[in-house]
Amino acid sequence: MIQAIALAAALAGFWVLLSGYWLPLIIILGVASVLLCVFIAKRLEVADREGHPVHLTVPGLNYFPWLVKEIFVSNVIVAKAILFGGVRPQVLRVKASQSDELGQTVYANSITLTPGTVSIDVEDNHITVHAIMDDTADGLRTGEMDQKVCKLMGDAGPQSGSAKA
Amino acid sequence: MAAVLDIVSWVFVVGGVVFCLIGGYGLLKLKDVYARLHAASLIDTLGVGLILVGLMFQAGFTLVTAKLVLILVFIFFTTPTATHALARAAINHDVLPEVDTEEERELVRSTKTHTGTAE
Repeated sequence: MIQAIALAAALAGFWVLLSGYWLPLIIILGVASVLLCVFIAKRLEVADREGHPVHLTVPGLNYFPWLVKEIFVSNVIVAKAILFGGVRPQVLRVKASQSDELGQTVYANSITLTPGTVSIDVEDNHITVHAIMDDTADGLRTGEMDQKVCKLMGDAGPQSGSAKA
Repeated sequence: MAAVLDIVSWVFVVGGVVFCLIGGYGLLKLKDVYARLHAASLIDTLGVGLILVGLMFQAGFTLVTAKLVLILVFIFFTTPTATHALARAAINHDVLPEVDTEEERELVRSTKTHTGTAE
């Protein structure tokens, strides 16, 4: 239910931002569209924990800036490698310690979003990654991103044991 | 004030353009599909990101900026999917990456999925 309300709020905000008009007719059309979309999402059963993860909003405020910083750093590293050499393509497998598919998806997507690493395949808690150089591959091997995503998802994480919620 | 905003805006836009150019150069220079994916990801992260941020400084606190933010968010959510789909398409058509060891190549080959019954 909370997902449906959040979805309706997000869609309403989306409509207002894109239209920018406060005419009665437009607003009524907007409300009708939002209700129709939420109804369809409910029928399709996509407005659930996985399809509309509102519970990640607050932890995301911590994770997303870190991801942006990470993207920035690897952008510079990869740009340097392209211009001045240092490219050594390689394939590696890293552990995805997340407990559910949503967590693994977030992790795999984060890997792909960060320049220098592309996730190729996910299976049995492992992600196959193609990396363009040693730097970006080693950065992934440290498992820092894995831990951050675990923390975002509220999982126990790889080595943090039972103390961490 | 307007001049300062203009300068900040230009710094971001030019920065974005630089990353787009490097990405484009990498796209031509690198050896195989997989390596080129990395060059492309320069363009659709910092390249696009910095240009959009620069444009936000031009637009100020208006609806245009809100739309630019939305574009940024959608790009961040959709490009990993497109990149992954490209990599998968390459694997499924037996295009393997140029890597040092045969094991790594085998690792990629083992992830091939057999989809559909076309042919």
